[in-house]
Amino acid sequence: MTLTTQVVPPPAGRLRVQAAEAAPRVHRAGPLTVIGLTVAAILSVFPLYWMVIIASRTNASAYEWPPALLPGGNLGENVRRVLDNSDAAILKGIVNSFVAAGTITISTVLFSSIAGFAFAKLRFRGRNALLIAILLTMMIPVQLNIVPLYRLMIELDWLNDIKAVTIPFLISGFGIFLMRQYTLQSVPDELIEAARVDGCSTWRIFRHVVAPALRPAAAVLGLLTFMQYWNEFFWPFIVLADPSNPTVQVSLRTLNSAYHQDLAQIFAGTLIATLPLAVIFVLFFRQIIRGIMEGAVKG
Amino acid sequence: MSIDLNAPAAPRGGPTTPPGRGDPGRSQRMKTRLAKLDIRVSPYLYVAPFFVLFAIFGLYPTVYTIWLSFTDTSPLNPTTNFVGLDNYATLIGDPNFWNSVFNTLGMFLLATVPQLLLALVLANWLNRKLRGIHFFRAAIAIPIVTSTAVVALVFGLSFFARDFGLANGLLELVGVDRIDWRAERWSSWLSIATMVDWRWTGYNALIYLAAMQAISADLYEAAEIDGASRARQFWQITVPLLRPTIIFTVIISTIYGLQLFTEPLMFTSGSGALGGGSLGQFQTVTMFVVEAMRAHQRWGYAATAGLVLLLLIVVVAAINFALVRRLGSER
Repeated sequence: MTLTTQVVPPPAGRLRVQAAEAAPRVHRAGPLTVIGLTVAAILSVFPLYWMVIIASRTNASAYEWPPALLPGGNLGENVRRVLDNSDAAILKGIVNSFVAAGTITISTVLFSSIAGFAFAKLRFRGRNALLIAILLTMMIPVQLNIVPLYRLMIELDWLNDIKAVTIPFLISGFGIFLMRQYTLQSVPDELIEAARVDGCSTWRIFRHVVAPALRPAAAVLGLLTFMQYWNEFFWPFIVLADPSNPTVQVSLRTLNSAYHQDLAQIFAGTLIATLPLAVIFVLFFRQIIRGIMEGAVKG
Repeated sequence: MSIDLNAPAAPRGGPTTPPGRGDPGRSQRMKTRLAKLDIRVSPYLYVAPFFVLFAIFGLYPTVYTIWLSFTDTSPLNPTTNFVGLDNYATLIGDPNFWNSVFNTLGMFLLATVPQLLLALVLANWLNRKLRGIHFFRAAIAIPIVTSTAVVALVFGLSFFARDFGLANGLLELVGVDRIDWRAERWSSWLSIATMVDWRWTGYNALIYLAAMQAISADLYEAAEIDGASRARQFWQITVPLLRPTIIFTVIISTIYGLQLFTEPLMFTSGSGALGGGSLGQFQTVTMFVVEAMRAHQRWGYAATAGLVLLLLIVVVAAINFALVRRLGSER
């Protein structure tokens, strides 16, 4: 069939084979290394542990010296107080953050996979120019454009609306790059060629040949995207100025502004805001760590 | 992601051809034409969503920002006037702006230099044979689950509090007077840099670790045979080979570091927080931009400051790139 001639080989080179299974590392850790790592691990974990201590004690004990080093029994009480706090609207914030970050995650994974596949395996005029254009767009910070973006939100009537923190971020250049790289490496061209010979349409090829192979990368991209937008502060702070409809991070800001003397309540709030990602981290930390390690090196 | 070339499931046969109706030759030609159209148009359809979104929320605002910077746009002004380069002239003569530039660059250096050096050391340690190394990797990575807002609250309200903070408690133990962390430039910078470093050091260490694992062990074995010490191996093999990765982290740190906002904003509470302290001692450029927009309602001026921030990022990134590129090559 003539269609097969349309299938082109991927760009040569660039397929960097990582030494994932390279020769074993030569050095064993010495005692100094173990001590250093232990100190680093304690310093990394301590602020989170401290958050649990304060969130589970009375507010008065947050101001004590020497400090308490074990959690207390007031966690439920403090959590209830922060959930009941109508100024901070943290429950609403949690729901909003889940909706916004969840929507962005699903959309980013979907559209990045499709676009990444196109950049990796389809030939079209202007492909390289468009790819470079995406790279350049990643350099433009939101900070630069807050005035026109803010104005745009007013015109669209999205101020204080969850749409403002969701819709502009539905696709990311980083995601497209990540998925392109993974498609290049994990989907052999012969497979796509074979599907073409069988008369598959481009969409069918993506759906049945490429998409199943992309699952591991999609999972990593999804995790990183969700974490990023769950934690996002700057833009929500700008457009969700009305404290009654916040994201969870904006709720924390309200708590800080109005209740900065009530550490137990604030720390219960930070604990709630961190918990979803902490759970995700515990469940998927191998994927997350691998995503950070490999995504950055290849990005 | 690892490069396993595990073949995905084989395609499920060809599409079922619908029973031909009418002239079979004609439907065949129709099919071929459709297939050609598919091959020609599909790629553009697949990449289009990104560009549509970018046109609306990236390109259009950028052009608009440039235009705004030549106007006196404000929600307080009934009319908008073209003012030429007035905003730029005002900005260059604005001591508050230069103060925010100074603070941003100062905190960036104070945070980034120790952060990346420490990350390099940590990565070198993590790249060893050790039981439980995965535990250490996870522990050092865990700060990434916290948001910058949470980091700012935990450190700002508890560690760097004046009257009861942990940092002051520890200082008193060794006989040093309490420090009012927010009062002085150096102490507020140090507090904020600590927050940034706690959040990002482990992240950068993991990136370096990935690059280190890609270095062939043969190189170290050869160096060992030549009698090179561990330290020498680190500086003469590891660091030069890590140069592309170090450049990457420096550029990323520059882009994000110069946009520093949440930590200094949350360091104080209340409506004046955008000012960055009583004397602006920790106001960053991004805070300056938001203050011009929000508190002063000077939209044209805020747009100008935003553009100059972008310029600053590009210039500093270029300088850092030039500096880091030479790393290890002179030895």
